[in-house]
Amino acid sequence: MFTIPERQSWMSTLARAELQQLEDLIESLVSNFHELPNYTFLRNPEIGLVMVQGRAGATGEAFNLGDMTMTRCVVQLEDMVDGLPISGFGYIGGRSQRHAELAALCDALLQTTLWHDQVQTTVILPIQQSLVKQQDRKQRQTAATKVNFFTMVRGEG
Amino acid sequence: MPYVAVKGGEQAIENAEKLLHSRRRGDINVTELTSEQIEQQLTLAVERVMCEGSLYDRELAALAIKQSWGDLVEAIFLVRAYRTTLPRFYYTQPLNTGVMQIERRISSIFKDIPGGQNLGPTFDYIHRLLDFKLLAENQVPPPSETSVSQESFPLVMETLDKEGLIQSEPRATQPQVPFDLTRQPLNFPANRDARLQNLARADEGFLLSLAYSTQRGYGKNHPFAGEIRMGEVEVIIFPEELGFEISVTDITITEVQMVNQFKGSKHVPPQFTRGYGLTFGYNERKAMSMALVDRAMRASELGESVDSPAQNIEFVLSHSDNVEAQGFVQHLKLPHYIDFQAELNLIRQMRQKSQDLSP
Repeated sequence: MFTIPERQSWMSTLARAELQQLEDLIESLVSNFHELPNYTFLRNPEIGLVMVQGRAGATGEAFNLGDMTMTRCVVQLEDMVDGLPISGFGYIGGRSQRHAELAALCDALLQTTLWHDQVQTTVILPIQQSLVKQQDRKQRQTAATKVNFFTMVRGEG
Repeated sequence: MPYVAVKGGEQAIENAEKLLHSRRRGDINVTELTSEQIEQQLTLAVERVMCEGSLYDRELAALAIKQSWGDLVEAIFLVRAYRTTLPRFYYTQPLNTGVMQIERRISSIFKDIPGGQNLGPTFDYIHRLLDFKLLAENQVPPPSETSVSQESFPLVMETLDKEGLIQSEPRATQPQVPFDLTRQPLNFPANRDARLQNLARADEGFLLSLAYSTQRGYGKNHPFAGEIRMGEVEVIIFPEELGFEISVTDITITEVQMVNQFKGSKHVPPQFTRGYGLTFGYNERKAMSMALVDRAMRASELGESVDSPAQNIEFVLSHSDNVEAQGFVQHLKLPHYIDFQAELNLIRQMRQKSQDLSP
């Protein structure tokens, strides 16, 4: 029904959403489609650290650069799908427990046939669009600072 | 000098704390600064605190700056202390800085590089004149935008690497678990992974001065800024419970690749060598300093003589941390009455003896 790269892609999109945006999109999902199913926490939203690594000279041996805050959460939908429990995982940078919870919930929903397409179009797509828009604006601003220096012969000018 | 505990003084300490908070707030007729404003408008302070506090979290860094009256070393201390209260979930995959959302990227060694020279937001090339307009309400014109050519920004070092003109940056065939100074004691001589971790969280001022000392002749290695890049990179983790990699966020980093002269040795032909700087946030001065000091500390590995402070691994790594340094320097403020009493008695006795001896 879905591939791992597809799941990786929606999880990374959910992690990058603004919390308010995610709340709003889920609200419109509910009002346009269906009440959210009941779910329980397999792992309560939990704030912790992740040690970010770099590489010496960008390509060499790994080293530890410093920690980053992150929040993780696992939810399980109360109703089984085809006799199997569905669990959703949320991993986000920062310390928003609510964000991790909503990311986990959407991850679970996206794994069900009933919800997949709806969540994809109502939640994932708009987030992706705004991320692309932000990125595009930044790139255009950076591009405006592209410089072409002229080298002069010593003593000239 | 040992410190002997004192007791009492509760009321005075409590009052001093209250006074501290009130002075931090300043004149209550002036609007209070929000940590969100600090996050948005004192970004470079926030990024320095994240870098040296060794914790990427803008909101916490901004809060720490507010709480510490803008004393960044104190803010770094607060962030480090908070960090110790959280569990460590994962180690990320090493950042792939070659794939970066570039906000600034320059090279001082090649004029024409694929992707081009992008100045980005920089203080370089502008007049360092006070802008009195900022005293009044400030209207900032929106930044210019132009179309983007879909060029990538390959690492400049690769050009030199392809020709073998620069020392390669080898990776062990088996992935090694890098040293972690938050978990293991630092022993000497420290390997490059331990050194880079230490430098990444080291005090900017300390590294800046050491880097400057190498340029002035104390461990000279003729550096060029091969590439400086700043922008966002993906943070990827591999949670075992999930069974596959996921990308959890993008963080802003600054990366500096210094190219340094090297005359070669018995085994190695003359080639350029590298110094590497990597920081959380936009910390260009720090990243450049880090790269110079990283290279200086590679002296013995490259068979150069070690005779300057910046080349002395133990000296650099033992004194680079401003949380440790400020703690040890500032502990001198705490009551040392008993120790000093002992010293005082000793001096008096010695003076008495020398008086008795003199005719």
